[in-house]
Amino acid sequence: MKKASAKSPLTLDDIVRNAAPGDAEKWDLRLYVAGQTPRSVAAFANLKRLCEEHLAGRYNIEVIDLMKHPQLAAGDQILAIPTLVRKLPQPIRKIVGDLRDTERALVGLQLRPGKI
Amino acid sequence: MQAMSKVEDEQLPSPDRALPKAPTGIAGLDEITFGGLPRGRPTLVCGSAGCGKTLLAMEFLVRGATQYREPGVFMAFEETPEELARNVRSLGFDLDNLIRKKKIAVDFVRVERNEIEETGEYDLEGLFIRLNAAIESVGARRVVLDTIEALFSGLQNEGILRAELRRLFRWLKDKGVTAVITGERGEGTLTRRGLEEYVSDCVILLDHRVVDQVSTRRLRVVKYRGTTHGTNEYPFLIDKDGFSVLPITSLGLQHEVSDERISSGIPRLDTMLGVKGFYRGTTILLSGTAGTGKTSMAAHFVNAACERAERCLYFAFEESPGQLTRNMRSVGIDLGKWIKKGLLNVHSSRAAFYGLEMHLALIHKLVQEFRPDIVVADPVGALIGAGTRRDANLMIVRLIDFLKVQGITAMLTNLTSGGEALERSEVDISSIVDSWLLLRDIELGGERNRALYILKSRGMAHSNQLREFLLTDHGVELLDVYVGPEGVLTGSARVSLEARERASSLATQQEVERKDRERQRKRDALEARIFAMRKEFEIEEAETDVLASQELSREERLEDDRLAMAINRRADEGNGIARRRKKSGQE
Repeated sequence: MKKASAKSPLTLDDIVRNAAPGDAEKWDLRLYVAGQTPRSVAAFANLKRLCEEHLAGRYNIEVIDLMKHPQLAAGDQILAIPTLVRKLPQPIRKIVGDLRDTERALVGLQLRPGKI
Repeated sequence: MQAMSKVEDEQLPSPDRALPKAPTGIAGLDEITFGGLPRGRPTLVCGSAGCGKTLLAMEFLVRGATQYREPGVFMAFEETPEELARNVRSLGFDLDNLIRKKKIAVDFVRVERNEIEETGEYDLEGLFIRLNAAIESVGARRVVLDTIEALFSGLQNEGILRAELRRLFRWLKDKGVTAVITGERGEGTLTRRGLEEYVSDCVILLDHRVVDQVSTRRLRVVKYRGTTHGTNEYPFLIDKDGFSVLPITSLGLQHEVSDERISSGIPRLDTMLGVKGFYRGTTILLSGTAGTGKTSMAAHFVNAACERAERCLYFAFEESPGQLTRNMRSVGIDLGKWIKKGLLNVHSSRAAFYGLEMHLALIHKLVQEFRPDIVVADPVGALIGAGTRRDANLMIVRLIDFLKVQGITAMLTNLTSGGEALERSEVDISSIVDSWLLLRDIELGGERNRALYILKSRGMAHSNQLREFLLTDHGVELLDVYVGPEGVLTGSARVSLEARERASSLATQQEVERKDRERQRKRDALEARIFAMRKEFEIEEAETDVLASQELSREERLEDDRLAMAINRRADEGNGIARRRKKSGQE
């Protein structure tokens, strides 16, 4: 299990930019991948960028490699790879794919209200 | 079971040998597929909602795990493991126990569309990983995916999905697991999402059809690459023992025949049937109009069989067991004691209660369970109520075939409705039965009487006579045939004619006696006359004797006189005189 947490000093700018509901909440994200495939590497990079942009300082990404821990797939009902699971804040959301489409990813994570 | 063990020998995949098959253990299905599903390949089971796809798949796994030592994985997309366990418990499978013993693994895959957002490229590696983990956890040889089409409702990108499904089935083949994939029936296609495109080795279609408010489950092997299979629609049944398919029509005409004869239970009827009765293992049809005693005849047959300690299965489509035993008591047959002894099993069900196939399935099942020597279906024509006439015929033919192959003697009764030709059974099965007894009413002199005759009975010299019979309180009794100058008579006509005949024969006898007496008298008279004549003759004879002796003495006297005269005349010694002298001197 690979932990990748990134913390940076909270700026006023960030607060203003991320003035979404549940603002002060801690974001707990889990990214399921299967081995170091280009797609999973891309997904992680996309996720990291997205979090830095929108959730800087209050997110936690846990990457689970199902090749190493296949038994963990059932718990979050993982079928597609890669899948990003938003464990917190509730409710659970799932985003499948390599997160290439940032807009859809933001909608999926409910960082941007409604459909575009 | 022989077929199954043969198949087990063929399990090693070898290009030279027939396609290896994995027996399902499901009654009947292995017969239709000649051994089971294609080993190491996926099989598609499709059908509309509620037709039993999941149960078929589950039974395949459970039987594999319990009977063939092949553990299995059940990947459920629609039901949770708890629901599944509860649903199959009604079929007698203890899924929880099998899971605990690591014989079966159940993985529930939930796909919720509203939880999932798609962005960019993905694959279904997660599913593969889960399946692989489950397979490895129990060392599975069998896999069920039920119903993988649920993925289509959860994931939007159909392009990816189809590519991944293709990869999945390829992967399952590489794994060498025997897989069952279920799919919902679509409009005009086998499955709604066209799964048949990916799974092309074996496709089984389940159907749940309602015709005339009667539902019937049917199974058909649509396709089975590289092997022969039964192509018909076969009825199947889901009950407390699971699935059973009835491959009855696949049976040929190669059953063994028996030379053994069994009594009809009515001694005089046996006499009509070439003295010994019916052949064992044949089919006997009793047809006749209402109230001609068909059931009573059948009860006799059953009674006789039970007395020989044979097992009888009686399907009553119109009477309950209690009604039947009560009614038969009135003709002196106690069926109740045989039921108590377990030799007789009366199964009552309204013909219209199930579909034909269900009836057939039930009969099939009961026969397999009870293993009877005799089966009675009373009346078989009632089954028309459960389907169309044509279907009923087909079903009865299949039933007869099935019983014949098992060597079971079957007695079918059939009601001939008035107005129809008597020698035609309601269901056109007359040509395939071996013995056909026709019971009929004879209306004569204001009364109805029962008569029977043997229309046909294969393989025996049977009587050609129309015999009247009575239903007495000690059973069916065949009467003597009255064939007089006025034809065959029955009932009181026969009785009165018999009385007339008795009277006239008495008169004849009296006449004979009179003549006899007359003759005696004449003889007496004659003898008296003979006696008198003899007496007369004797008298005459006596008189003649007296006369003769008188004559003799007179002649002697004359001689003496002549001699005296000659002496007196001194006549010379004549021959006669001298002789006489000498003679008298000697004296």
